[in-house]
Amino acid sequence: MSKKVLTTPIKDEDLKDIRIGDIIYLTGTLVTCRDVAHRRLIEEKIPLPVDLKGKAIFHAGPIVRDLGNEEYEIVSIGPTTSMRMEKFEKEFIEETGVKLIVGKGGMGKNTEEGCRTHKALHLVFPAGNAVYAATSVEQIKEVHWKDLGMPESLWVCEVNEFGPLIVSIDAEGNNIFEENKVEFNKKKEEQYKLISEQVRFIK
Amino acid sequence: MSIIIDKVQQKEKMTNLMSKFISLVSYKLPDDVENRLKELSEEEDNRLAKIIYKTMFENQKLAYELKRPSCQDTGVLQFFVKCGENFPLIGQLDSILKNSVYKSTQETPLRHNSVETFDEYNTGKNIGDGSPSIFWEIEEDSDKVEIYTYMAGGGCTLPGVATVLMPGEGYEGVVKFVLDRMTSYGINACPPLLVGVGVGTSVETAAMNSKKALMRSVGSRNENENAAKMEKLLEDGINAIGLGPQGLKGSKSVMGVNVVNTARHPSTIGVAVNTGCWSHRRGKITFDSNLNYEINTHEGVTL
Repeated sequence: MSKKVLTTPIKDEDLKDIRIGDIIYLTGTLVTCRDVAHRRLIEEKIPLPVDLKGKAIFHAGPIVRDLGNEEYEIVSIGPTTSMRMEKFEKEFIEETGVKLIVGKGGMGKNTEEGCRTHKALHLVFPAGNAVYAATSVEQIKEVHWKDLGMPESLWVCEVNEFGPLIVSIDAEGNNIFEENKVEFNKKKEEQYKLISEQVRFIK
Repeated sequence: MSIIIDKVQQKEKMTNLMSKFISLVSYKLPDDVENRLKELSEEEDNRLAKIIYKTMFENQKLAYELKRPSCQDTGVLQFFVKCGENFPLIGQLDSILKNSVYKSTQETPLRHNSVETFDEYNTGKNIGDGSPSIFWEIEEDSDKVEIYTYMAGGGCTLPGVATVLMPGEGYEGVVKFVLDRMTSYGINACPPLLVGVGVGTSVETAAMNSKKALMRSVGSRNENENAAKMEKLLEDGINAIGLGPQGLKGSKSVMGVNVVNTARHPSTIGVAVNTGCWSHRRGKITFDSNLNYEINTHEGVTL
């Protein structure tokens, strides 16, 4: 099977045949954006300094080396827990027109709805693999909101075949983590019953 | 006077060594974790799980070659210190550890993770009020110091939880408490996890025990027969849930379950869970009184 690469700007129709569990790669603009940036846009109504329409955000706080003269180098960059942004993501998609949200772990009902209504995907980059990820960042083009500190700044990156990105919510709102959870919880109950009988140490 | 100068030099020497050690921990996993990940990957036949393991091994190789933090979230550093009463730098150790974190942050570099609470600003130095965290034990009749260095990211810190159960809930309640956490927060904590379970009187004793459990090596067993039995039952049980790497399903969920226990009040069972992600960056270094060092967790590695 050939490598599925999406290039920014991404259009609605680029996403229509992509389903949960698929693996894609990204070429183009990827902007790091996490807790405070979401809070500023949605709660504080402060417009983002970057146009995200058709582009991708990364729930990530990288390690960046400052080379001076507004030049920077990515040392390590990997995803952070996406669920922290769940509260804001639906409105975030609505406001910005962002097409890909890259992070780790699942997201919830709000994001599902955002992805379905506005045609967007949530993707998982396997977490903890920050050097591997850094090797497909070609350059940092801009940085905004540096007052937030290194992890929370908006680092505007140009990436080339960035991935593997595992589709966790598709543009129809299907959610791989929610499907898995049903199975995990059922198995958990079975295991709880089995183990409980064997740990009755208080007689 | 010469004793004072000597102490200044020794302090500088230990700061440099600790700073290099912190860097090492950021880019190389301990042997027990590396070995278990290899074993787990070999048992895997799920399509996504296999791709994820492949990415992990490639990442660790790159991190070691390039000497860069293998995961960008290098945590707020934690140190578990067992210091001999006669270790010559016993009084300087807190400042040595703090300075070594700062130095390593500049040089490795590590991520700036220290945010002053309530004032809500990132210090930009990776150190702050009370961070790094340093936990002490003093050892009688010894002139050595053992230091566990631990880098836990936000993802595997989030599942941390402690409570106090009534004795009527028993160890069955402990099992429920642990399992519930696995299928909720555990999924996002970068499995396969190392699960630390602490049992004791109250929230703080249980919490400290659960963190100490994460310092124990993968595959080790509690000396108490019942505790060891519970470790095995929980490990097999959580594995049977099949979280897989990144919670995207697979044949296993955890690297292991370690329990650390201390005596409890008759009316309470304090219990806590802490998790270490697959990128479980801990290292143990031991210094003698002349600052000769031994690295106990990474065989064949020198600073």
